[in-house]
Amino acid sequence: MSKVISVAGLRKSYGSTKAVDGLALEIEQGEIFALLGPNGAGKTTTVEILEGFRDRDSGEVKVLGFDPATKGRAGQSWRDRIGIVLQSTNDAGDLTVLESVSHFAKYYDNPKDARDVIELVGLTDKADALGRTLSGGQRRRLDVALGIIGNPELIFLDEPTTGFDPEARRAFWLLVRKLRDEGATILLTTHYLDEAEALADRVAVINHGQIIEISTPDQLGGRATSLATVSWRDGQQLQTEKSANPTELVKKLGQQFGGEVPELSVKRASLEDIYLEMICGTYE
Amino acid sequence: MSKPTALSIGLERGKLEIKQFMRQRESVVFTLLFPLILLAIFGSVFSNSIAKGVTFSQYFVAGMIASGMVNTGFQQLAIMIPMERDFGTLKRLRGTPMPASSYFIGKAILVTLSMLVQVLLLLAAGVIFFGVNLPTSANKWLLLAALLVLGSTCSTVLGIAFSNVPKSGRGASAVVSPVVIVLQFFSGVFFIFSDLPHWMQQVAAIFPLKWMTQGARSVFLPDSFAQREVAGNWETGRTFAIIAVWLVLGLIWAIRSFKWERD
Repeated sequence: MSKVISVAGLRKSYGSTKAVDGLALEIEQGEIFALLGPNGAGKTTTVEILEGFRDRDSGEVKVLGFDPATKGRAGQSWRDRIGIVLQSTNDAGDLTVLESVSHFAKYYDNPKDARDVIELVGLTDKADALGRTLSGGQRRRLDVALGIIGNPELIFLDEPTTGFDPEARRAFWLLVRKLRDEGATILLTTHYLDEAEALADRVAVINHGQIIEISTPDQLGGRATSLATVSWRDGQQLQTEKSANPTELVKKLGQQFGGEVPELSVKRASLEDIYLEMICGTYE
Repeated sequence: MSKPTALSIGLERGKLEIKQFMRQRESVVFTLLFPLILLAIFGSVFSNSIAKGVTFSQYFVAGMIASGMVNTGFQQLAIMIPMERDFGTLKRLRGTPMPASSYFIGKAILVTLSMLVQVLLLLAAGVIFFGVNLPTSANKWLLLAALLVLGSTCSTVLGIAFSNVPKSGRGASAVVSPVVIVLQFFSGVFFIFSDLPHWMQQVAAIFPLKWMTQGARSVFLPDSFAQREVAGNWETGRTFAIIAVWLVLGLIWAIRSFKWERD
């Protein structure tokens, strides 16, 4: 059983709106898998179906070999194996970090140690601080601590770094990699393309309720073989040229200028460029 | 480490609920002290006797104990649960292996404890400051215990059911509090029930608070007062039957309508 998540032909409509329209994907054990897509693309609906929060209309869904739509006690032992970090929660303001984390540990069969988890998310200094005194970033770390206290095999991270400063985001990425290194599989949804690029082994782009492409971040949308943009200054004018052979072009420019080429740059499409082209461009 | 059960998690949730309750000054003041303030005001303003050996304070304490069941159960939960729904507490819990029943066990522990503290505070203040007489027979105390158990359970279940009515946590208190206050006026908490207009008595008789106050009067007022009730007696059997019917209806309503997140 190496597939942690497998989805085929997933459909879900709200009235006449098809939120998810025949979606399929498979996530391997130990992967960090990022789900990208604009608001309203069906991302949240898909993730909530996988988390067992929402029922589907049709399709096959297995998460850790279990159908998340199953009701009753079986669902509880399945939930024992997953960890969910939701978007923007603001609860338990009157409990300390340690009280909240220790309490949630009691829900699980084999929880991690509360103090270890608090240290892992970098809140040791704040262990005795009340939830409502935490900053946005610290609050998010508490959310993660509560999501991973049960020692989950699969972790859902829903836009985990929204509102973080750049430094806090880097620290958070290290934490996510650490969780993966401990053996967890991670399904990440994010609006930050650099975050997906830094963390994800594979990314899926979703729009209109369907997967447009699943690939590694550096291969997505033919990114590795896309044209490079070479730009330089020629007198008053900034010149740009798209080229499949940028090395040749730079060599030629070098000869032309007889040495340094003014303001030379060679750029490949960023993940964001590729993504925007997929979402807004010809794939419509 | 032993495997957690619905009950063990429920007890843990109860501890947590009480800890959170005690740390929220508003909830402590609003839920526990406000009834004492009302008792102080009404007890001081209406110091007359309403029948031989029955002061208004005696009548009022009975009504406030019945209200206490509604305040700590119905009102507290119908305001608190929508806020937890808004804050994402409920959705987060839904994503853990915590059984739903544990959440409700925790709430029931919170209601039971705050209800008992409220009743004790009211009785103590009544006896110390307003010369309220406590029941002297074991039967009356048993009746009180039965009334508190059934009434408080009914109130808890209705609070959970009604928690789906307010559209947001912020608006919950504006939706719930008027319901409670109007029922208190109609049910003979603030005024003598038999003095109220007939139509008001009729409306009140549909809802459980009227029966809880009447039940509490049967505990705290002398049996000679029973003839001043609208029916001319305490109607103990009917009291328990009607509260039980509301309990069952509330249970069905709560189970069918409870939502873990806002739509």
